[in-house]
Amino acid sequence: MTTSEFGELTKGVFPSILRDTYADPKTQPFWDAAWEDRLVAPKCTSCGTFRLPPSAYCFNCRSRDVQWVDLPGTGTIYSFTVVRHPLHPDFAVICPYVSGVVELDGTQGAGARMLVNIIDCDPETVRIGDKVQIVWEHVGDEMSTPRFRPIHGASKARRR
Amino acid sequence: MTIRNKAAVVGVGATEYFKRGQSYPESEFSMACTATLAALDDAGLTVDDLDGFSIYSNSCDPAAVAAELGVPEVRWATTLTSGGGGCAGALGVAAAAIDAGMATAVVTLMTLQQLTKRLGGSAVGGMLQYALMSEGSSPYGGSGIPPSAAFTANNGLLSPGHSFALLTQRHMHLYGTKREHLAEVCISERENAIKRPTSLRTEPLTLDDYFNARMISDPLCLFDYTMESDGAVAVVTVAAERAKDLRQPPVYILASAHGGTGRWGPALFRYFQIPDDEFASSGHRPVAKRLYEMAGVGPEDVDVALLYDHFSPLVIMQLEDYGFCPIGEGGPFVADGNIRYGTGTIPVNTHGGNLSEAYIIGMTHVREAVEQLRGTAVNQVEGAEIALTTGGPASLPVSGTLLRKG
Repeated sequence: MTTSEFGELTKGVFPSILRDTYADPKTQPFWDAAWEDRLVAPKCTSCGTFRLPPSAYCFNCRSRDVQWVDLPGTGTIYSFTVVRHPLHPDFAVICPYVSGVVELDGTQGAGARMLVNIIDCDPETVRIGDKVQIVWEHVGDEMSTPRFRPIHGASKARRR
Repeated sequence: MTIRNKAAVVGVGATEYFKRGQSYPESEFSMACTATLAALDDAGLTVDDLDGFSIYSNSCDPAAVAAELGVPEVRWATTLTSGGGGCAGALGVAAAAIDAGMATAVVTLMTLQQLTKRLGGSAVGGMLQYALMSEGSSPYGGSGIPPSAAFTANNGLLSPGHSFALLTQRHMHLYGTKREHLAEVCISERENAIKRPTSLRTEPLTLDDYFNARMISDPLCLFDYTMESDGAVAVVTVAAERAKDLRQPPVYILASAHGGTGRWGPALFRYFQIPDDEFASSGHRPVAKRLYEMAGVGPEDVDVALLYDHFSPLVIMQLEDYGFCPIGEGGPFVADGNIRYGTGTIPVNTHGGNLSEAYIIGMTHVREAVEQLRGTAVNQVEGAEIALTTGGPASLPVSGTLLRKG
């Protein structure tokens, strides 16, 4: 572990460079739940379409009404990249790290994917289709950074 | 009613191409003026003839260029929204303006100097800016931090390369595309660049070189990335009738289209809610369909393809989306030698492309298309009659233009 302007750096873990949620009324419920380590997503009251990040209008039916639904916090890797070249000198410590697109269980494809850092995985063997589960890191006073880690072969969740 | 054959590209002008930062003490603005004057001169026109600007990615401020060069009257000044995806489409907008009688001689240009800035946020400040942008901002800069930024800012996806790696990984997963296929795109373009004096990369590239290059963002290695370059390229478009009387053989705008599936949206740039059936694609499919319909030709009629190549795998995806091969078969298609100059069924990026000639956000492709159809290209495709040039994959709009020999 190394300390830098981005805080403590650990191989494979992209640091929380944003420490505030900049929430508005349409995103606040997500962060309130996240602070309690729960994953919730807005579901269109009219047609049932999920949409993340939360948006004002449903892209399927244009309704603005949503209900917030608890999700299991598990999902499947839809695509990923192994970042090996540090775009900041300090990031040499964290490279290689894996980031990608996770499709969330309990939703229906595009509209409820999350773009996340995938930790506690072997960059040389990670594959599309791997099952993953969410891990939250609480940052500052209000931010919870979501990451995912493999459901099998994982080490303990990172918290600080 | 369409813009089919209503206008023609009659002049091309460019500065020298430079490695990143080496165009100093020229500036983006001075190079825009230089390329514009060169394009007018190539056509046998003067500043007194110029009355329109049809640009993309806000490449220059038409007001400043017009004032600097003493353009008598500006009658048209538009930019396609978003970034490099609008490159080819800006020609279509120029043709539309001319066909509608709104302007008579329209310049389309890109100018780029990566001295103090680097596109895609690979510099430190830009990296954070890229990470924090969201809807309402562009890959080339945003303002403020919108509420949606918190959903992606801490995920480590920081640059266009990271984003395109995700599309590529998915393409490999679905279709079995291999790194050898990406290598063939890079190597074939390098072979083309080696013969062209304007090229910035002219050392031979072997398969061993490719596989020995450092990985940047799996599955992309150093050679899968575009170069970072400086320079400017401009073209001038006028009405088809007028084009016949000018200095150069006209190159007609056979068809042009820009846009894409609405849900492709900002696509790679902090979004990723692309519909499943388009995720592992270049986003060009609907544009290609409209383009061919307008032109009344198909992919089998295209003699040379200048495909926007910021990242090598996106050439493979565009070959699929423009119908040169079936969806998912782009990898084996290039491996079979189909895109090679001289021997392939559809020569691709005969100038060396962004990967090996220079990266001026797509305008080098337009220049090459025009040279091919004038019959003056360095790597001249024998009997070339129709050229395809594209802009993007990127945020919408992406674009394609078919040019036809006069």
